[in-house]
Amino acid sequence: MIPWIGQPLPRFEDPPLLTGEGRFVADLTGDASFLRFVRSPVAHGRIVSIEAPEGITAFTAEDLREVRPIRPLLHRPDFRPIEQPVLASRKVRFVGEPVAVVVAGTPEEAEDAAEQVFVDIEPTDRVVSAPEAIRPGAPAVHDHLEDNVVVDARFETERVDEVFSAAAVVVDFDLRSRRQNALPLEARGSVAAYDPRSGRTTLTASVQSPHVVRTVLADLLGMPESDLRVVVPDVGGAFGQKFCLAPEDVVTAWVARRLRTTVSWVEDRRENLMSSFHSRDHHYRVRGAFDADARLLAVDADLLCNIGAYSCYPVTCGVEPLMALAEFPGPYDFRTYRVRSRGVTTNTCPMAPYRGVSRPVITLAMERLMDLAAVRFGIEPAEIRRRNLITEFPYASATGLVYDEGSYVESLDRAVDAIGLEDFRARQAAARSEGRYLGIGFSVFSERTGYGTSAFAARSMDVTPGYETVDLAMDPSGNVEARLGASPHGQGLETTLAQLIGDRLGVEPARVRIVHGDTDRTPYGWGTFASRSLVIAGGAARLASDRLRAKLAAIASAELEAAPEDIVIMAGRATVAGTDAGIEVAELARLAYHSSHRLAAGMDPGLTATATYDPAGTFSNACHVATVEVDPETGGVRVDRFVVVEDAGRLINPMIVDGQLHGGVTQGIAGALYEEILYDRDGNILTTSLMDFLPPTLAEVPTIEIHHLETISEATITGAKGLGEGGTIGAPAAVINAVADALRPLGVEIAEVPATPSRLRRLVSESERIPA
Amino acid sequence: MAPGYYTPALMKPAPFDYHQARSVAEAVTHLGEYGYEAKVLAGGQSLVPAMNFRLARPAVLVDINPLDELDYLEEDGDTLRIGAMVRHVTFERPVTEGPTGRLLTMAAHHVGHLPIRIRGTFGGSLAHADPAAEWCVIALLLDAELSTRSPSGGRDIPVEGFFQTVFTTALEPEELLVEARLPKLSTRTRVGFQQFSRRAGDFALAMAAVAFESDEGQVGNARIALGGVSDRPLRAGEAEQALEGQAATEESFRAAAEIAALEIDAVGDIHGSADYRRDLVRALTRRALEQAIAA
Repeated sequence: MIPWIGQPLPRFEDPPLLTGEGRFVADLTGDASFLRFVRSPVAHGRIVSIEAPEGITAFTAEDLREVRPIRPLLHRPDFRPIEQPVLASRKVRFVGEPVAVVVAGTPEEAEDAAEQVFVDIEPTDRVVSAPEAIRPGAPAVHDHLEDNVVVDARFETERVDEVFSAAAVVVDFDLRSRRQNALPLEARGSVAAYDPRSGRTTLTASVQSPHVVRTVLADLLGMPESDLRVVVPDVGGAFGQKFCLAPEDVVTAWVARRLRTTVSWVEDRRENLMSSFHSRDHHYRVRGAFDADARLLAVDADLLCNIGAYSCYPVTCGVEPLMALAEFPGPYDFRTYRVRSRGVTTNTCPMAPYRGVSRPVITLAMERLMDLAAVRFGIEPAEIRRRNLITEFPYASATGLVYDEGSYVESLDRAVDAIGLEDFRARQAAARSEGRYLGIGFSVFSERTGYGTSAFAARSMDVTPGYETVDLAMDPSGNVEARLGASPHGQGLETTLAQLIGDRLGVEPARVRIVHGDTDRTPYGWGTFASRSLVIAGGAARLASDRLRAKLAAIASAELEAAPEDIVIMAGRATVAGTDAGIEVAELARLAYHSSHRLAAGMDPGLTATATYDPAGTFSNACHVATVEVDPETGGVRVDRFVVVEDAGRLINPMIVDGQLHGGVTQGIAGALYEEILYDRDGNILTTSLMDFLPPTLAEVPTIEIHHLETISEATITGAKGLGEGGTIGAPAAVINAVADALRPLGVEIAEVPATPSRLRRLVSESERIPA
Repeated sequence: MAPGYYTPALMKPAPFDYHQARSVAEAVTHLGEYGYEAKVLAGGQSLVPAMNFRLARPAVLVDINPLDELDYLEEDGDTLRIGAMVRHVTFERPVTEGPTGRLLTMAAHHVGHLPIRIRGTFGGSLAHADPAAEWCVIALLLDAELSTRSPSGGRDIPVEGFFQTVFTTALEPEELLVEARLPKLSTRTRVGFQQFSRRAGDFALAMAAVAFESDEGQVGNARIALGGVSDRPLRAGEAEQALEGQAATEESFRAAAEIAALEIDAVGDIHGSADYRRDLVRALTRRALEQAIAA
């Protein structure tokens, strides 16, 4: 199997996971004591007192005075910082906020102890929704922010009003996206061990970014990073929820140091649904101006994002509103754009990035705009997209983002063919005459991936992520170890990087070990998030492999008495091109360590190489199409077919790519039809079990049909683009457009997701033409 | 409960004592001793999650899983006798010939997921009295009679009046439900069962079970039972009456479904309002009647 790139190798990660050999935080508690957090039952209030009975070990904010509050920061004038104490101090700001922690020998005893802690809170007025929070006179969640606005960003090109008044057609609509929880199968958790001999503390945690966690722990606890080690074992899903700092992890590390022992915190599902992180609670008002040929001229958008009670570290609560502002135009070519995007604090669980971040919602908004306009012009949804998609590259958007080469129109055309649009329209018409409602929905989008320091610096983050470093070493037996700061947790990166490295060094991927998730063993890096690891860590691995390959070629050229440029390294051998002369790579490795006297003068012994990669970023693209049947009497929706035409550049392992898409699309269908976190008017969360928060199961998700395009752009050195989030970004728009298409004869428009059965049924009943 | 007096996040049960019963008599003795403090553990598919959330905090669990004497199905003339410990999965294939067995099979496939059907019990479901439980609706539809044992002997209870409100029945704390007797439907009876849930295996937002005899296209002995729409399973008595003697047509089914939707006292929750549940009753009742006549 040469080259290794492009092979659907089974994942090296799977055998241990599938045979019960996986090791997650909850498997690693050993003889640790257990922590249990006492959480606020009140959305907003003043803490009057906290009392623990005799014999219970409990800590409160009073005990943690030396711990600094979490203070995520953007250096921009339209951002106002807010602080979060790791345990609530004086005030509570959402139901589920940790106010105290107890320590006990078992999880059961810890729960019994937590129940006995008496927390007296004097409730005050609270705000739950974003529109409510910006109303004059609304209660302030943070005393220094009277209007509750944390981010208020604007962008405006010239002539917006002029273009709108001259437009042939103006489409305007509202869109409400309900709040989701990323719902990793394994909830959060950590084990903190204080070692009295070295004075060091090791935090074994279910996180996405071990070095960032080490940095922030050191900052908040006031200690040098070298006294901390962060280890990430197997992680049962994260999806962004474990990228931002859990205040509970800070408390866990603090308790271990305070008691000079080992303690663990294992979050349960109820805590996770209530008080980890939520996402995507947005209200949009959108206008689009079109010329007489259905070409989009301008967009005017007002975006309001509920960011919850606190800002998340390190990306801050600006991540949703600012991404929505910058990336709203998506794959469409228009130059006139006005947007105001606000992040508003409320007495609800804080927000953090979740797979796709704002893009599932902004893609839904742009794709609704296209479909609503297509209806006004009386043309097919595919046709209006064809007229408006970008076709020339590199393309600079209205907000200045530069798109590398993609296949936007091609992906749409392939999707139209794959779904059989004409046949579908015929079936749809026939079904309607029988009183059945079928619909089809398209979603074309760009996915910004693999962006490095320059892109993050543009956000003015106090902590600016971006690059990745890979340390590579071939040992004397010819096996390779790659150590990286990226922190894969289900993406299959151990396999894909082994393919990339094996390809360059002429060794089988099974002989390449990827080491990650341990700050004592790996170079500083930013972890795995934002569809970056294959592009950036993969680029660094490629660069380091090139350096190591050059050294192998140099040693081989001396041994084989040939010019270095004539050396071919492949399938475990270095040979002289066009001859039978050759030497095993493993023999070169042994020579480099054990016979260094034979190396050329000035050449260091051993085989190691280090490289860092920090690209500007690349856009992958895709078209999703869904067909659905809606039951207007119950409001039930069945997704019949789901087609993805994906272009993520060069595929390193196509099977892993397909797996990413299957999972992503399923989470997108979840957002379109099933999952929503609900609060009552008093800020009590109503969805704290999986009886109420409803991820779809295999029974609700159709077979996902995947087609690939491979546009190789110059933006990355491997030719690969990221695609970790695309499934989730594109699917909601495809499903919702299909539902809207199905119900169009009933005069129904959808302005809220998820489109649950009760919402759809209400829309149908409210429409004048109830089916007979 | 005053604000600040409880902790809203717990996932392990509060402490409890556990007794494994080796006979019905022993189980009943425990119930007599502990009264309201005791809970009977049958399949545990509802009780154990409720305990983990600390919504249920029994001081004592009386485990009746060892009681093979309650795991039986017997045909007794025109009556099907179901021991309280018969597991849901048993009904996935017809346990008796004719419409009664068919109806039980239709309903069984909607009960939770396979692991739940393997553990959960018929008697446990009736005693738990979830308003969206399939067996409660079927028992009501078929006019079941229930038997209990208690320290003072035991009694027979007609199903009408047994379900009082959510998770509340006519059972006294020292009573153990031991048997349900279902009068079998006549062989001429047609049956239908329809439900709507958010996902496969979820509790239904509404369900309709119907049975009626059809003689030359005329409806007789019409029964309609509804679940998931109120605080307990309901019979749609007015709709049943409206259907009686009518021709089995789309119009009469539609009219009966409309009456059913209006006569019930529907309740709302986060998954759907009371009005939405009426809409579901209207659709599902009509579909169950159509399903019955089409079979």
